[in-house]
Amino acid sequence: MINAWWIIGGVLFVLLNTAAGLIWLERRMLALWQDRYGPNRAGPFGLFIVLADTLKLFFKEDWIPPFADKVVFVFAPAVVVASVLMSFVIVPFAPGIVVADLNIGILFFLAMSSLGVYSIVLGGWASNNKYALLGAMRGASQMISYEVFMGLALMGVVVLSGSFNLQQIVESQRTVWFVIPQLLGFLIFMVAGVAETHRLPFDIPEAESELVAGFHSEYSGMKFGMFFIGEYLGVTLISAMVVTLYFGGWLGPSFLPPVVWFAIKTFAFISLFILLRASMPRPRYDQLMEYGWKVLFPLSLLNLLVTAAIKLWLVTK
Amino acid sequence: MFSLLRSMWLVFLHMFHKRDTYQYPEQKAPLPARWRGRIALTRDPDGEERCVGCYLCAAACPVDCISLQATEDEHGRRYPEFFRINFSRCIFCGFCEEACPTYAIQLLPDFEMAEYNRQNLVYEKHDLLIPSQGKYPGYNYYKVAGLAIKNKDKGEAEHEEPPVDIKSLLP
Amino acid sequence: MPIINIDNIPYEVKEGKNLLEACLSLGLNLPYFCWHPALGSVGACRQCAVKIFKDEQDTRGKLMMACMEPVKDGMRLSVNDSEAVAFRGHVIGWLMTNHPHDCAVCDEGGSCHLQDMTVMTGHAYRDYHFSKRTYRNQNLGPFINHEMNRCIQCYRCVRFYKDFAGGKDLDVFAAHNHVYFGRQQDGTLENEFSGNLVEVCPTGVFTDKTLKQHYTRKWDLTTAPSICQGCGLGCNIIAGERYGSLRQITNRYNGAVNGYFLCDRGRYGYEFVNSKDRIREPLVVHAPDDKANGLPVLQHVRNRMKPGKMIGIGSPRASVESNYVLKELVGEHNFYLGIGEIEHELIRLMLKLLKEGPVRSASLQEAAAADAVVILGEDLTNTAPMMALSVRQAVRRMPVENAISNIHMPAWQDAAVREAVQENKGPLFILNVVETKLDEVATGAYHTAPDNIARIAFAVSHLLDGTLPEVTGMSDEGKQAAATIAAALRGAKRPLVIAGYGGGSEQVIRAAANLAWALKQQGADAMLSFTVPECNSMGLEMLGGLRLESAVDAVLNGSAETVLILENDLYRRLDLHTANQFFGHCKEVIVLDHLHNPTTERANIVLPAGTFAEADGTLVNNEGRAQRFLQVLSPQGSVQESWRWLLQLGDICGHTHLRSLLHYDDLLKAIAAKYPVFAGIDTITPPADFRIAGQKIPREPHRYSGRTAMLANINVSEPKPAEDGDTALSFTMEGYRGEPPSSVIPFFWAPGWNSVQSVNKYQVETGGSLHGGNPGKRLLEPNVNGQTKFYTNIPDPFIPVGGHLLLVPLYHIFGSEELSIHTPGIAQRMPAPYIMLHSEDARRFQVAAGHLLYFMDNGHQYALPVVINDTLQKGAAGIPVGLPHMQVAEAPQLVKI
Repeated sequence: MINAWWIIGGVLFVLLNTAAGLIWLERRMLALWQDRYGPNRAGPFGLFIVLADTLKLFFKEDWIPPFADKVVFVFAPAVVVASVLMSFVIVPFAPGIVVADLNIGILFFLAMSSLGVYSIVLGGWASNNKYALLGAMRGASQMISYEVFMGLALMGVVVLSGSFNLQQIVESQRTVWFVIPQLLGFLIFMVAGVAETHRLPFDIPEAESELVAGFHSEYSGMKFGMFFIGEYLGVTLISAMVVTLYFGGWLGPSFLPPVVWFAIKTFAFISLFILLRASMPRPRYDQLMEYGWKVLFPLSLLNLLVTAAIKLWLVTK
Repeated sequence: MFSLLRSMWLVFLHMFHKRDTYQYPEQKAPLPARWRGRIALTRDPDGEERCVGCYLCAAACPVDCISLQATEDEHGRRYPEFFRINFSRCIFCGFCEEACPTYAIQLLPDFEMAEYNRQNLVYEKHDLLIPSQGKYPGYNYYKVAGLAIKNKDKGEAEHEEPPVDIKSLLP
Repeated sequence: MPIINIDNIPYEVKEGKNLLEACLSLGLNLPYFCWHPALGSVGACRQCAVKIFKDEQDTRGKLMMACMEPVKDGMRLSVNDSEAVAFRGHVIGWLMTNHPHDCAVCDEGGSCHLQDMTVMTGHAYRDYHFSKRTYRNQNLGPFINHEMNRCIQCYRCVRFYKDFAGGKDLDVFAAHNHVYFGRQQDGTLENEFSGNLVEVCPTGVFTDKTLKQHYTRKWDLTTAPSICQGCGLGCNIIAGERYGSLRQITNRYNGAVNGYFLCDRGRYGYEFVNSKDRIREPLVVHAPDDKANGLPVLQHVRNRMKPGKMIGIGSPRASVESNYVLKELVGEHNFYLGIGEIEHELIRLMLKLLKEGPVRSASLQEAAAADAVVILGEDLTNTAPMMALSVRQAVRRMPVENAISNIHMPAWQDAAVREAVQENKGPLFILNVVETKLDEVATGAYHTAPDNIARIAFAVSHLLDGTLPEVTGMSDEGKQAAATIAAALRGAKRPLVIAGYGGGSEQVIRAAANLAWALKQQGADAMLSFTVPECNSMGLEMLGGLRLESAVDAVLNGSAETVLILENDLYRRLDLHTANQFFGHCKEVIVLDHLHNPTTERANIVLPAGTFAEADGTLVNNEGRAQRFLQVLSPQGSVQESWRWLLQLGDICGHTHLRSLLHYDDLLKAIAAKYPVFAGIDTITPPADFRIAGQKIPREPHRYSGRTAMLANINVSEPKPAEDGDTALSFTMEGYRGEPPSSVIPFFWAPGWNSVQSVNKYQVETGGSLHGGNPGKRLLEPNVNGQTKFYTNIPDPFIPVGGHLLLVPLYHIFGSEELSIHTPGIAQRMPAPYIMLHSEDARRFQVAAGHLLYFMDNGHQYALPVVINDTLQKGAAGIPVGLPHMQVAEAPQLVKI
């Protein structure tokens, strides 16, 4: 067993660098799919753009609007980063490489990801700006709604593995990855995950073509940077969860160490997130809610019922 | 649903397309002749300033970045005493060129005019005036207008009759 | 009121109007050229065609010229009928066949009636490809530029110049399509109202030559409502600024004052504002041991003020506000009116007569409506030019009314009415010491000494009202004149008596009042008008103060040491020797003025005062009408309003009352509260916090250009625009775009109407008052209920004294006014100094024209070249007033030759 502090340090280091790296990665990938180069000037392959961006964010005027609720305004961006980082506590990167091997891992993940709503609502509210408030309201309802389907979709995996512990869930996929029996659940989880991280095409709380910049209209400098980092961490988290829950986590042929398999799979899903951004138009707000409640909700219930029934049948047989 | 997947697939395929970007400083982009870039004041075929200081460009300018003062030489030919464009405000919309009745002000296909000091973006007449007719060779406003100037008396412009002899009684 | 149907919508219109006036008054857009609200209709341009239908069944209708059709009840017409529209489009097309392609280099462009009408009719492309007619231009002098190619033959110029203003040297020449509007040969246009051609001409044939020196389009001018400073009539003007200099003066319509026109002194006398002689920074003369260098200038002023030893000298060309603050600062008993003895007495008398007498003072427009006029001792064309223009209209009043009743034509049928009137003139009698320009339209002109003028007027009063004293010892000539005048005045319904400062005689003023009162007693609606010399002479007198001579005494006897002089060149008020003596005895002289002059040369401290273009202020004109001029430009250097300098001085001195006046509106309220005669001057213009739809009124039109470039050569970061905390106007183009209150209209513009003709849209009816009433407030109303105290003291007749001549002042429209002579064009038309003699007197003193005549005044000798004029009263000598380098004593007075 490796020292837990080393794991925590390692996880934090890797995650924060990943989030920063995603800034560069996303721009390069988008450029690739749009027949451009993307950042290619600063450093090799334009990698230093991350550095430049961060420096820029640090040196921007750290402005708090005079009409804002100051305490909440400062507090909100911290919430998003903190809640996402907390979620990573239960993610098993490889056998034994996990910060806290909780037996209620999935519940902890759900609890933490719902906390993210607060940052959006509080940020939007504290900005005291109509666009920010509209964005926050949209964000709140979108995230709360999709939280439901996400949780329901997950239950299929829990039913199959019989555990809330993520290490055990990974272990129970040795025979078959849960994406096969839980294809529907996976799809619902994917969609809900995109909505949960309010990434394109579901970036309705920001919706720059309607709401300036949505809930973070009034944010600048590193406080905006926190929202920015929070979003990329969220993308990483959802990808990691998808891999853990449906694609066998660290499992893979033994010519590569398990943690590398985990990283490769996660990276693939991150790329998928970016591809989504590159190709999908943003739905209307009401369409999003309708799709959630009228399509995904019955489907996820159905998925759970069918999974539970089959499991029951298999157990009793 | 299928269309979504299809568009994702098509976007994905762009990975293998050629990139459209010009790697600018090393590789110059070809600019069409009517590209709206640097603003210049051109000269007529006789080499005189085309600008007559009519203020229409200044009035058309949506960011009000043109200012000038009209004046006259001893023969009655109008020209701008000063002509100033604040390029730090200019949006290169080309309205000034469209408004110009004498083809004096023209936008040329050149955009490399960046400066480290904003003050250097304020161009005066001697910065703007070029020894060329620009895009409209051959045009000479004073050949069309009825005003008398040096070397062109009343009635000597295009489509003009010689001045009326008001003492004549002939019909 | 008749109801007419225009495009099937019924409108109520005023009777006696023509259809064009009716349509324009209703706010409809109907193009026109030859019609002008002040000139009437001639139906020459065929531009205002509308379709008139017989009745509801009539679908074909017929094209008629709206300006020639009187309004009839139940009439049906169409402005938008397709045939009428096409007809108007074709008319413009024909007018444009010979119009050159030179809008870009035309000064009228952007405020051109022809451009507006061309756009209005939709004639956007020219389809005429043949040769254009050209003309040679003339040099018409320093004011007017001539570009005949642009002419569209509307005839407005000659109709204004000859028919309206009485000019003789502009006419129409040649025939058929070669008609030419100009002079018989090159030369300066002589008429004093020639500048109006610029506004009357619908296109760019006549343009403002002074504007050409620093040409700016109308849309680029920062403009503000202002009041002309040229004479005491207070004509309303619009002053326009660009790049920190004043560029142009245009007429600001005021239905009660100047109407549509201005005189040339008013229009062209503005360039002193841009003069290189302007004082832009405070100047302090330091004593050799003065260690106070670098102190703020007001601290210097304060250090040099000695309590109890300071006097203030006001000025008739400074605003009421500035004079008031000075009076408060130095105290009532130390405030002197900065005007000469004679002038002071005259204006004090005029004010008394207008306040206490039963006859109302006439505005310029009321004067134009008079049907009989008597002018006593005034050369109006030179002392109050616009009044002369009004008199020229008044002369036509009676014959026009007769003609209208004979030929049954409305008054606006200009050509027909003129045909009927021919050369008939209404009664106009001019009694002056020498011939005047108005004599040519007078029924009778008598040239005699001021005392004799008064005697004749007294005699006329006696003939009208037997109870008034008879004048004894009249000459036959005088008796006959009195009888003629009395006979003519008896039939008049609205007679007008004009006198003023020009004669320089109190007796003439008294006689004029007597005459007007006698007419009133006879039941006529008599009017009285006194001219005053400077723009605020009346306001200064209403404020009140001590005479200038006592200021001289106070300084000479040592009771005053520090003198604070407000916008006044005392060398124009006192003779050279008195002035030198005065300044020699002053310990400290502090002067506030615009331009360097002999007085500022004697000053220890000079503070740069804002001219009318750089200041807000109130002036009271000869009629007693208080009018406000508003700041046009934010001044360069340390220039600011005199009242602001004095308020700051009051603040630094701890003057409690002046300290309490934080805003301009506070100052106005304080004046209105302290002086009942000024009650209401705080309401002439809306207060500084006035907003329409939450916005101020912009001084710049919405097309104003170059804001981000005009100062970019100095610094690419644009400075914050100047703010105006004193008035409801802003210095930017941001603000309310609709029609502002009539007193603060910065420019006339309406959609589709860029030229001055857009004033139609601001009027209740064409030629009527502005929406919301004409600006200004009359402060003097006659005392109609009191007993009229007629004057019974009749002066003795004038008898020439051997070896002496009676100096009489002669005024010149170009030259007699202090500030306007700093304008190159005006200076060019200024006469050289002279002394005018009758040929008999010239023989008596053995001089001929051109010789120098030496004479003594107050122990000092003067010499002036002689000019002979036989219409001058024998024994009198005329000297021009106010010309530079004429250091001559006050006139009238008897001098030894």
